[in-house]
Amino acid sequence: MDYILAVPGSIGAAVIGVLREMGDMFLFLGRTLYWTFIPPLKVNRVIRQIGFMGARSTALIVLTGAFTGMILGLQIYYTLQKFGAEAYLGPAIALSVIRELGPVLSALMIIGRAGSALSAEIGIMRISEQVDALESMSLSPYRYLMVPNMLAALVSFPLLGAIFNVVAIYGGYLIGVKLLGLSAGTYFSGIKDFVGFRDIRDGMIKSLCFGVIMIWVSCYKGYNTEHGAEGVSRATTTSVVMASTLVLVWDYFLNSVMLNF
Amino acid sequence: MIEVKNIHKSFGGQAVLKGVSFTVETGEIFAVIGGSGQGKSVLLKVIMRLLEADSGDILIDGKSICGLKGQALYKMRDRVGYLFQGGALFDSMTIYENIAFPLREKTKLTKKEINARVEEELEKVGLSGMGHKYPEEVSGGMKKRAAFARVLVMRPEVVLFDEPTTGLDPILVDSVHRLILWGKKTYGFTAVIVSHEIPEIFGVADRIGMLSGGVMVETGTPDEIRNSRVPEVKRFVRGLSEEVSVGGIA
Repeated sequence: MDYILAVPGSIGAAVIGVLREMGDMFLFLGRTLYWTFIPPLKVNRVIRQIGFMGARSTALIVLTGAFTGMILGLQIYYTLQKFGAEAYLGPAIALSVIRELGPVLSALMIIGRAGSALSAEIGIMRISEQVDALESMSLSPYRYLMVPNMLAALVSFPLLGAIFNVVAIYGGYLIGVKLLGLSAGTYFSGIKDFVGFRDIRDGMIKSLCFGVIMIWVSCYKGYNTEHGAEGVSRATTTSVVMASTLVLVWDYFLNSVMLNF
Repeated sequence: MIEVKNIHKSFGGQAVLKGVSFTVETGEIFAVIGGSGQGKSVLLKVIMRLLEADSGDILIDGKSICGLKGQALYKMRDRVGYLFQGGALFDSMTIYENIAFPLREKTKLTKKEINARVEEELEKVGLSGMGHKYPEEVSGGMKKRAAFARVLVMRPEVVLFDEPTTGLDPILVDSVHRLILWGKKTYGFTAVIVSHEIPEIFGVADRIGMLSGGVMVETGTPDEIRNSRVPEVKRFVRGLSEEVSVGGIA
């Protein structure tokens, strides 16, 4: 009898565990947003984090953007050629990048570079009691650790996404025009005709959402680190996996909404 | 005066504190001794409200601190300093910046006044000229002293010391203990020290409490603890493991 009850019991415990963690995560996000509006704002820390998260990620974004654009140039040209529609290479690359690949790939790159570092930094602060030290001084860790990162992400993600878009479009240009012989006028006039403000706006909204997701998950995992170095390692890994997965899941929901309105 | 009343604290169903009670008079140094894993650090964090007690109450100057939230909790913490076991210095800041940090964030002192106060504290703890170094560039003893300076710079009424001498050599243990006695004499704070240092702590504390099995098994003056008849206290003070005392050697 005990054996029969053990199975639903363990399933129930796992479900409760997941629900509890979700509740904790939403409370954490709520507290971070609350502290965002409580002055004084730690402007220096925000600027420092923009430097860390944004400026120092630029090279990586440029590199991945360039190769994404070049790969798209080759792949989409090959596909369009089958329909005799090579002239649409420019808008096809631009729309794919601006609406989808720019925000998503740049977010995944920043999560890998800055999100993991953020989790590790806050995790180490947690296990070395630096977070407790802040609290013991009556200073909120949300104000000093979470809020500056959240604001830095809200600035950095759309900018890095925009840089990714521009570089990727020029990467596609390099392949389509310089390598495969498409005319530059066709490439760029197509982009001008088919890419609208709505596409750029949707891409920006996605970047902002992904920035919030990265900070939310990375800071939460770092803040709740336990059990020494192994705990930091686990927090870092899970934060990257969870944030990347959430970005893709949330991207699907955003697309569902954006393409219907 | 600090009154700890019947504090219970569990982690995941495992009871660590099972009804701890004791009182610390104003201006007194009270040491909590006990074996590893007995919940001494947990007790300090509960007093600081870094951990929430499951039940029981803590009163500072007759006022309960267990239900405090928001600004009231922050005001309480402003009166209490906490020296963490590893110092908990911010590793992205120099020692100077660490000590200046609470002054910059919590007071309206000018840059000049902050500088004067930090230099004063650095000198008092014997770290003059070391302010520009980062925590990882100094020894364990220096880290402890820097952390102590960061606590003292806010002039707390109560200081909680979490194993301030762990991992230090005997000479540094003595220097940290002297520093605590000097701090108490200079600033008149009330202190609770969690310590393993037997017999050194007898020369520092006014009263001592032994935490064992989740409860305070005995409290008394250093002499009373030294001559205690309570088996756990006798064993701990003499540094004898349970297996040895069972064999009749104690």
